[in-house]
Amino acid sequence: MAAAIGGRINTIVKVLSGPWLQKLSSRSFTMSACFCTPEAPPARADSTFRVTMVPGDGVGPELMTAVKEVFKAGNVPVEFEEFHLSEVQNMASEEKLDQVLASMKNNRVAIKGKIHTPMEYKGELASYEMSLRRKLDLFANVVHVNSLPGYSTRHNNLDLVIIREQTEGEYSSLEHESVKGVIECLKIITREKSRRIAKFAFDYATKKGRSKVTAVHKANIMKLGDGLFLQNCAEVAELYPKIKYENMIIDNCCMQLVQNPYQFDVLVMPNLYGNIIDNLAAGLVGGAGVVPGESYSSEYAVFETGARHPFAQAVGRNIANPTAMLLSAANMLRHLSLEYHSQMVSEAVKRVIKQGKFMQCRVSMFICPGHILHETGTWMRSTKGESKGGVERVAAQWRTA
Amino acid sequence: VDSQVTCPWRSNLVRPRKHIKNCYATYSPFQATSSVEIIMFLFNLQELAGEMVLMFSLFSVSTKAPIQWEERSVTAIKGPSGRWMIPPEAKESMDKSKIGLKGPLKTPIAAGHPSMNLLLRKTFDLYANVRPCASIEGYKTPYDDVNLVTIRENTEGEYSGIEHVIVNGVVQSIKLITEKASKRIAEYAFEYARNNQRISVTAVHKANIMRMSDGLFLRKCREVAENYKDIKFTEMYLDTVCLNMVQDPTQFDVLVMPNLYGDILSDLCAGLIGGLGVTPSGNIGANGVAIFESVHGTAPDIAGKDLANPTALLLSAVMMLRHMGLHGYAKKIEMACFDTIRDKKVLTKDLGGNSKCSEFTNEICRRVQDMD
Repeated sequence: MAAAIGGRINTIVKVLSGPWLQKLSSRSFTMSACFCTPEAPPARADSTFRVTMVPGDGVGPELMTAVKEVFKAGNVPVEFEEFHLSEVQNMASEEKLDQVLASMKNNRVAIKGKIHTPMEYKGELASYEMSLRRKLDLFANVVHVNSLPGYSTRHNNLDLVIIREQTEGEYSSLEHESVKGVIECLKIITREKSRRIAKFAFDYATKKGRSKVTAVHKANIMKLGDGLFLQNCAEVAELYPKIKYENMIIDNCCMQLVQNPYQFDVLVMPNLYGNIIDNLAAGLVGGAGVVPGESYSSEYAVFETGARHPFAQAVGRNIANPTAMLLSAANMLRHLSLEYHSQMVSEAVKRVIKQGKFMQCRVSMFICPGHILHETGTWMRSTKGESKGGVERVAAQWRTA
Repeated sequence: VDSQVTCPWRSNLVRPRKHIKNCYATYSPFQATSSVEIIMFLFNLQELAGEMVLMFSLFSVSTKAPIQWEERSVTAIKGPSGRWMIPPEAKESMDKSKIGLKGPLKTPIAAGHPSMNLLLRKTFDLYANVRPCASIEGYKTPYDDVNLVTIRENTEGEYSGIEHVIVNGVVQSIKLITEKASKRIAEYAFEYARNNQRISVTAVHKANIMRMSDGLFLRKCREVAENYKDIKFTEMYLDTVCLNMVQDPTQFDVLVMPNLYGDILSDLCAGLIGGLGVTPSGNIGANGVAIFESVHGTAPDIAGKDLANPTALLLSAVMMLRHMGLHGYAKKIEMACFDTIRDKKVLTKDLGGNSKCSEFTNEICRRVQDMD
C-alpha cells in the first residue's frame, strides 16, 4: 500500500517535473527581459527565495498575513523580509527606506501593500510611495484586468491589460506658489520615458500574444506634453507591424470602458490617466480587492494590488478581500519560476470564487481567507497527497475569526 | 450571502431622490425679465449642426416659446495681434443676449488653432460646466437609477494652455490652480445643490499626489462647505471615485472638481447612461452669461445624412429654458422627449430605432403640440 502511494506520488512528481514544467520554467518570466538580462533572484543553497515584503497601511498587513498563511499551507519555498514603512503611523524615515532599498537590491522581488499618502502638505511634496517608485525606477505598472469566473458583475469575461508610466507626468511633485493664491503644478513628459513605456507595452503585447495596443492621451488639450507621448507611441508602433496600434482620448476611453470594454486589449498611458483607468477597470470586474498588479523596473519587480488603496476603513474587521494580493503573490511565484506553487495559489483562489464561497454586498466581494487555505490544502492533496491537518486547522481559525 | 455585512465603500446617505424634479437644471442668478429673450445659436455650417438648425426652427414654432434665434457661425480667426479669437459678430450677439446654444465644434488634435470650446470658455469666462447625468427610461444600459451632476471648473487647471519644451525631448505642462477660481466653483456647486434640492456635494481631487495645487482646491471646498451646513460635504480621491462610480453610481449626487478630472468624470458618467448622445451640458459664466451645448463630437461621417441624434442638444435647450426661468416650456419639451424615447416607436439609429433625425424631432414637436 505504502509502496503504491509512494509510486503514485513519484509519478505525480515526475509529471510535475516533466517537460511541460521545464518548458515553462525555461521561459523567462521577467517582463523586463527586453531591457536587461532576465534575472530572477538566484536560488539559494536551501532553494528558498527571499522576497522583500512591505505590508504598507490599512488592510495591507492583513492581506500579507493571508499571503503568508497560504504560502505556509502550500509549503511555498519563499522567505519574506518584512519592512513596516508607513507615513501615517510615523514609521517612515529615510533610514527605513534605505533598508527597504538595500533589501530590494539583494532580493530583486518584492510584494507590497499600499503605503498611505496623507494629503496634508508638510513641506515634502513627494510621498514615500512615490520616492520608492522613483528610487527603484519602477517605471512600468502592469494591471491585468481579468474577470473572475463565478463572480458576475455588470461586465463579464473582460480581459485587458493596462500599462502605466509611473515615474513622471503629473506625479513629478514639482509645485510652487507663484503669488499668493496661484499655484503651478508641473507635468513633465520626456521623450526617453515615453519611448521606454511604449516599448515596454509593445514588448508585453508581443510576449503575451496580444494583438492591439491603444495609447491613451489628452493631446487635443495638452498638445505638447501628451503630444510628445503620443508621437513616441506612434514611432515605436512602427517597429511592431504585427501589433495593431490605436490611440484614444482619455475621456472617451473612460466612456468606452463602461459602455463597451471588450474593444480594448493592451492600453498604454501616462501616469495620472493610468491611475484613473486602473481603478475604473478594477471597478468593472469587482473592485479594488480582486485585481492584481505589478510594477517593473529594468531590474526589479514589485507585486501589489491593481488598484492601490489602503482601505483603512476595513482594518481589523476581517472583511478585506485578499483575492488581489493572493493572485499577485501567485504572479510573483511565476516570476520566480515557481510555476507549480503559482498555479496552486491561483487555482485555490479561483476555485473558492467559482464555488461562490464569498459574501457579496452591493459593490464589493468579501472572501474568507479560510476558504482559500482549504482549497490550497485540497489542491495539495490532489497533487501530492500530503496530510491536511495543519491546513484545515488554520482554515478553521480563519473561518471563525 | 451575509446581508449583515455593510459595505464600507458606501456612504450612508438617505436619499429621497423622488422629489428631485428637474435634473436638467442649473443654478443661475440670472432673472428672466422680459418675455422675449434673444438667443444666440452658435454653429459650424459644415458640421452636424446644420441638421440641428432645422430641428430648432421646427421646434420653436411648435413650442411657441418666447425665443428669437440669432444664428452665428463661430470659426477661429486670427486677430490683429496674432491671437486666436472668435468672430466679432458672434461676440456682439452673445454680449447682447447673454444666452447661447451651441452645436458641436471640431477640435483638431495636437496642431493648428486652439480648441474652439476652450476659446469660447475663455472669451466669456464660462467658469462652471454643469453636466447632469440621469438614466433615461426606455434606454437600457447596465446602470440604472443614475442621477448625478458633475460640476467642473472650466477655466484653469490642466487646460491653462501653458506648455513649453524645456530642452529637446522634455516638455513641461503647467496645471494652474488659483484660490479665486477654486472658491468660485465651490460656491457654485453648493449653490446649485441648495437650489436643486440635492443632498450632498463631493469634492473630487488628487491632493495626495498634487499636495499644493489640489490641496488648495480642496481647502477652498472645505471653507465654502462651512457656509452650507444643510448640504452634506464629502471629499474623495479621483481614483476612488472612478472605482466606485462604475460599481455603484447611485451613491453620488453633486460632484465638484478641477478641469481635467471633470472632463474625464463627466464623460465617464455619460457612458453610464448611454453616451454623449443623450447628455446635455451647460457652461455658466460670470454676469449671467451661459452657453448650453451638446458635448458630443461633430460626427463628420453622418453629417448631412439626417441620422444624428438630437437628444443631447434638445436636453441642453431644456437646461437653457430652465436657466432663463421658462420652466413651463422646459417641462413640456423634456416630457415630450422622454415620452418619445420610452415609447420606442420613433427613435434614431444610435438609440436603437430606425428613424431619421427629422422624424424623431417631428415626433417630439407633435407631442409638445398635443400637450397644449
